[in-house]
Amino acid sequence: MKIVIVGDGKVGSALTVQLAKEGHDVVVIDSNKLVLAEAQQSLDVNVVHGNGATIRVQNQAGVEESDLLIAATSADETNLLCCITAHKLGCAHTIARVRDPEYYNQLYDWKDELGLSMMINPELSTASEIFRLLQYPSFLRRDTFAKGRVEIVEVELKSDSPLDGCMLYDFIKRVKVQVLVCAVQRENQVYIPDGGFQLRAGDRLHVTAPSSNLAKLIRNLGITQRKIRDVMIIGGSRIAFYLATELLKNGVGVKLIEKDTARCDELSDLLPKATVIHGDGSDRNVLDTEGLAQTDAVVTLTDFDEENLIISMYANFLGIYKVITKINRTEFNEVLTGKGIDCAVSPKDLCCSGIVRYVRAMGNRKGGSVTALHRIVEDRVEALEFQIGRNQPYLGQPLMKLRLKPGTLIACINRRAKTIIPSGGDTIEAGDSVIVVAAADRAIQNFSDIFAD
Amino acid sequence: MNHRMILRLICYILRVEAVCLLPSLGISFFRGEIQAAWGTGITIALAGVLSLSTFLLPPKDKQILAREGFLSVALCWVAVSLVGALPFFLGGAIPSYIDCLFETVSGFTTTGASILTEIEGLPLGLLYWRSFTHWLGGMGVLVFLLAVMPMGKGRNSLLHVMRAESPGPQVDKLVPKLQNSAKILYAIYIGLTLLQVAFLLAGGMPLFDALTTAFGTAGTGGFSIKNDSLMSYSPYLQGVCTVFMALFGINFSIFYLLLLRQFHKVLHNQELWLYLGVMAASIAVITWDIFSLYQGVGEALHQAAFQVSSIMTTTGFATADFNQWPALSKTVLVVLMFIGACAGSTGGGVKAARVLLLCKSGRRSVKRMLRPRSVAQVHMDGQTVEEEVIQNTHSYLALYLAILVVSTLFVALDEFSLETNATAVIACLNNIGPGLDLVGPMGNFSQFSPLSKLVLTFDMLAGRLEIFPMIMLFLPMAWRRG
Repeated sequence: MKIVIVGDGKVGSALTVQLAKEGHDVVVIDSNKLVLAEAQQSLDVNVVHGNGATIRVQNQAGVEESDLLIAATSADETNLLCCITAHKLGCAHTIARVRDPEYYNQLYDWKDELGLSMMINPELSTASEIFRLLQYPSFLRRDTFAKGRVEIVEVELKSDSPLDGCMLYDFIKRVKVQVLVCAVQRENQVYIPDGGFQLRAGDRLHVTAPSSNLAKLIRNLGITQRKIRDVMIIGGSRIAFYLATELLKNGVGVKLIEKDTARCDELSDLLPKATVIHGDGSDRNVLDTEGLAQTDAVVTLTDFDEENLIISMYANFLGIYKVITKINRTEFNEVLTGKGIDCAVSPKDLCCSGIVRYVRAMGNRKGGSVTALHRIVEDRVEALEFQIGRNQPYLGQPLMKLRLKPGTLIACINRRAKTIIPSGGDTIEAGDSVIVVAAADRAIQNFSDIFAD
Repeated sequence: MNHRMILRLICYILRVEAVCLLPSLGISFFRGEIQAAWGTGITIALAGVLSLSTFLLPPKDKQILAREGFLSVALCWVAVSLVGALPFFLGGAIPSYIDCLFETVSGFTTTGASILTEIEGLPLGLLYWRSFTHWLGGMGVLVFLLAVMPMGKGRNSLLHVMRAESPGPQVDKLVPKLQNSAKILYAIYIGLTLLQVAFLLAGGMPLFDALTTAFGTAGTGGFSIKNDSLMSYSPYLQGVCTVFMALFGINFSIFYLLLLRQFHKVLHNQELWLYLGVMAASIAVITWDIFSLYQGVGEALHQAAFQVSSIMTTTGFATADFNQWPALSKTVLVVLMFIGACAGSTGGGVKAARVLLLCKSGRRSVKRMLRPRSVAQVHMDGQTVEEEVIQNTHSYLALYLAILVVSTLFVALDEFSLETNATAVIACLNNIGPGLDLVGPMGNFSQFSPLSKLVLTFDMLAGRLEIFPMIMLFLPMAWRRG
């Protein structure tokens, strides 16, 4: 597919890497020659220098015969203008990053008129991701599928867990709910396990479960879960605002620490119910006097990864129940696990996988199309949701008769309102939505890709 | 420094070369040219065995940075030439290995300068190989490799290779993916070559002659299978060659734009206009100058057009001994030797694009001297040209002239006339082939001493790879680890 990306910033460059790796013809437009030179040196893409919202530059990039334009510059207005221009030139699909919630709401109804296929707000989606993690603090990650009915959650087996040494075929009997372990991370290895897999303390399990079973799962896993009543947010960014709004709406107390006086005034205006504190969140003295040790959860959202990391490590050292860290530069993630950074979110990655999901769904209209894609276990495993089409050879066959490629697994089948955690006797029918878990290097594009020939 | 990845590229190239030698082995075999067949067979086997060495030293990572790109291009060309010379040597056609090397490098660099005095005596298999080296070297052996080699998705490790091998001040991909760009280039190249073969066959040329002539034209090489170059063919065949030589001297992205029907961009390509303009003007001047030597304007025009097209695109075919022409015509031809073809074509020389850039930047310098506070960018085809590109063009020219001067000094040791020495170097460095006087279209390079031949061999490689990669081979800085 031909894809034009406008804006080679954090999200733009992450997208460029990912989409070029998936084999698309990518053209990058940016007004900064330095980043373009960098992109052209290291990636098999074309670059065009200039303002991506102008017809001249878009023509140069060949937008008229492209399939998709993604506008990810720093300005909402530019992004929208890029998409409108591209639509006029005949580009069928456009995606704009729109950060301003007011723009987002007013434009949502005109999406079709303006030719916008998708608007994405990285800050908002990060905030809602963090909120969902705070709802179930025992989970290190939650990814939703099938319109929120199914989730894949990440949970760590603590050293005193009763499941230490449990064989996987015993797992369901022990937890007494319908769930499936679809990936296990042990030290630096990832396993897509089968029934003969033995769990060990320290493993991080990725479990597929119907959303309604999550509470039961936690109880039966032997994890005591506290409800989070107050949260300290460090850094008053846009994500902090979205998150605080959501938390306050749900009756959770919010304490917000921000360095900048003007921003503090603004936030206290917008969030009258929150306690806004003016101070340096990376100052130990400020944290101690503001009662860091007494809060249920800490979310670090400053603009600097280093600050976020050090504050999170300190919070972990104090034994705070739940610590969530925002990290922009994810390339060092493998160094961080086990160093007091258990639960990290990256706006860039969230935004990126949202768009990649859309691109993959565009890529295969026939067969079974991708409706959701989440990357788990440090991006090494992908969980994909497919909408199953008609007239496929595998329809109606019991699963035990289908041979899958190694490193792939059918995690869940949704049939109308029913959620099936599959066993050997279950079948796939037309119209189902099926969740597949596969090692990321398989780059599954079609549902039929998972079958061994 | 990723030595092993460079080795891997060289091995791939040798494999490609071995495959390309197969047709000439077949021809020698069926024509009963026993010694030539043996020579070619042994070369193929040797290239095959050498190319296995990459399995002994597999690369640890596949990263190719700018430095590896330049060095591997230079080394690949040296390796291809060393091996490509073996069929002539082992086949017994040319007794001295230095002569074989000169002939092969002359082929791959599409120069067309020959040390052979009796071309028609060569076995047909070797004649075929000699012409085919033009075709391979014209678009570039590594670009061919890029088109056919499976590459990792997304990474861009081989862009530097393509940049180092493709001629011109600015190298751009036609489409986002490098491999697809290389495929498009070769598709156009093959298409045009076949078209020319068809035209030549229609004019009654035998198939073997048509193929070898088309190879020589497509690569803008100039090896012919006759002693008198193309002189003995009919005016129609010569006319076909005139047109196709001019076509192969045009930037290939122009053909791509034509295929995409973007005529607007083609019409506004300044390099193309310069190229065609200079060509037309030179033809006019020379026709006027040689009018008295031929019967009628038509004949004079035909000869002038062929020679101008041949020299400007740096092909080097000849239908007339322009050594006998008046001084003005000879001077025009020498000027054309320097200008050369368009960037991104198979031709050599300084390239019309560089000449254009140099003129524009010269004009800007003068303007700045007159108005010291004025600010001005150099534009080409409506785009601003980066300062870095202009600077590179200047240093290219400086190095080019330095090599020209030093090589002429070396060649002068042979004590031939100044015209011979200077035009021999010019003809080799610009990948043309024939010069003037002793190395004129009816002469050849066999009289030079082995040292001069080696210097000229280096010049041909330096000219084809646009100076920088060959210079880097001799810089310790380029080889240092880390």
